[in-house]
Amino acid sequence: MTNYLDFEKPLAEIEGKAEELRAMARASEGMDVEDEAGALDRKAADMLRDLYKDLTPWRKCQVARHPQRPHCRDYIEALFKEYTPLAGDRNFADDHAVMGGLARLDGRPVMVIGHEKGNDTKSRIERNFGMARPEGYRKAIRLMEMADKFDLPVITLVDTPGAYPGKGAEERGQSEAIARSTEKCLQIGVPLVSVIIGEGGSGGAVAFATANRVAMLEHSVYSVISPEGCASILWKDSEKMREAAEALRLTAQDLAKLGVADRIIKEPLGGAQRDREAAIASVGAALGDMLKELDGKSAKALVKDRRQKYLDLGQKGLAA
Amino acid sequence: MNWISNYVRPRINSLFSRREMPENLWSKCDGCGTMLFHRELTENLNVCTNCGHHMGITPRKRFAALFDGGVFSEVKVPTPIADPLHFRDQKRYPDRLKAAQRSTAEKEAMLVAEGEIGRTPIVAAAQDFSFMGGSMGMYVGNAIIAAAERAVTLGRPLVLFSAAGGARMQEGILSLMQMPRTTVAIEMLKEANLPYIVVLTHPTTGGVTASYAMLGDVHIAEPNALICFAGPRVIEQTIREKLPEGFQRAEYLLDHGMLDRVTDRRALRDELVSILRMLLKEPPPVKGDLPKPDLPETVVAPAGDAAAPAETPQPAEQEADATSGKDPKA
Ligand SMILES: [Zn+2]
Repeated sequence: MTNYLDFEKPLAEIEGKAEELRAMARASEGMDVEDEAGALDRKAADMLRDLYKDLTPWRKCQVARHPQRPHCRDYIEALFKEYTPLAGDRNFADDHAVMGGLARLDGRPVMVIGHEKGNDTKSRIERNFGMARPEGYRKAIRLMEMADKFDLPVITLVDTPGAYPGKGAEERGQSEAIARSTEKCLQIGVPLVSVIIGEGGSGGAVAFATANRVAMLEHSVYSVISPEGCASILWKDSEKMREAAEALRLTAQDLAKLGVADRIIKEPLGGAQRDREAAIASVGAALGDMLKELDGKSAKALVKDRRQKYLDLGQKGLAA
Repeated sequence: MNWISNYVRPRINSLFSRREMPENLWSKCDGCGTMLFHRELTENLNVCTNCGHHMGITPRKRFAALFDGGVFSEVKVPTPIADPLHFRDQKRYPDRLKAAQRSTAEKEAMLVAEGEIGRTPIVAAAQDFSFMGGSMGMYVGNAIIAAAERAVTLGRPLVLFSAAGGARMQEGILSLMQMPRTTVAIEMLKEANLPYIVVLTHPTTGGVTASYAMLGDVHIAEPNALICFAGPRVIEQTIREKLPEGFQRAEYLLDHGMLDRVTDRRALRDELVSILRMLLKEPPPVKGDLPKPDLPETVVAPAGDAAAPAETPQPAEQEADATSGKDPKA
């Protein structure tokens, strides 16, 4: 069952009609609808291409948040072997919004860490919709330290609306945990590569994505604040999220121009949710490429390059 | 060698903000409502003489009270590209910036200076909440990097006074990138084994708290300062319950282990001197107000400087450029 976004409504109608025709044909023997259904298919394919040719920033936010988009867990299951989850921050709890552990990528042992949003009501609640608490960042810090100690590359998969704004999270030092996680990203002497697979929500994303290489999926977003939050503060109207999404320049395409994203990973037509396997395979290929680029670099060079990359950011702006 | 190494020679600084109010003006305390003489309030570092409530203080006023003899020299901060995203909400970002520059007579939301406190040479950086909510954008990031580099060059500690509503939204992702950028700056200090003391003032929130403000060797907060990642309103909307009194205030963070101390602004200078001198293994400090240090290149600005017209934007930048570029002695 495809989950359509609001701007995909016309597409839903055509695809629905084609499906209906075929269902009718299946029910009544001898009825031939293939010509008609085929025409609808072609119309739908054209429409899909048109819709996705030039997605507005707000539509990209919607695609990035699509519930059927592959999530961290899907990437780990499909791309990594021997994934062995490692739990807990050794201090307070295990945060289920953050997955992480040892695994092999193309036979090579790595540490993989990411935000997991969940894919149904039960798992979404369990994963807190991908919004980590301090113990999630502290677990990530612990895993990054372990990777550093045993000379394993770190791969982070970023997909979070942001760090969890809760009472307990604040009491236990959400700010400090994020600051330390970002700091750890900057300290480790092993390759650190990151992919923004959906939403890169503010500080909660930075804490994982301060990396030697940052890739973004074609329709992913990465922003200092959600368009809704920005709209309610600057426009005093949270319904102005389209304008805010536009102004924030949060798309992978703009972020590549600004040097924040090092590469864009192409998505299947209609977004990663339309062909999950293809999207996952593209991310796997990009991870392999990025790790290869960093092969042979000394620990010192990896740290130095990473720091310099961030110091140098912001030298160029975007065209008007 | 380094893209940020252009430092300005020490130069004259005004002791007081150029928008100093006439002394017959009264201010009302936000805490207890008492009407206070403006001059009285200034002398008390903007702390209410009646209830001890800490009101906002500009970086210039803070530095005037912090440094020996009120003397400090500004550390030049590289100017970032203007309006990198061509951001426009209901106003254009450059217009918002200009309005803030006019109302504060400052260039941006952070001031960096070097000088001595209790005869202890330091570099200090202070965030200006009155300038677009102290928000962290490229300039503030550059300021912290410049401060850290200057501290490393001189082998001095860095004392940073934080105050911000968070990131500068109008700079989009580039404001967010100041979290890792400023963290790199703090790493430089740590590697040089130089003390980094953060004084968290009201309010310190969002990405600022979640980067350089929480990475100090010592964290000191001013009383009742709001210090948080997510603001109380956002949390109340999320969890749909009323938050307890004092939640996310300095004393609450002290109780929860996030701070070393909560210190009254009027006692802060002596405390900083004491802590720094111990960390630096220097002899105990000489207490009390110290005269200006014998630095040939610094001069105490006349107190009458307050007479400068309020409309003039702070000319520090032009002066600084002229000094570094055409100094006949250079
Ligand atoms: Zn009062």
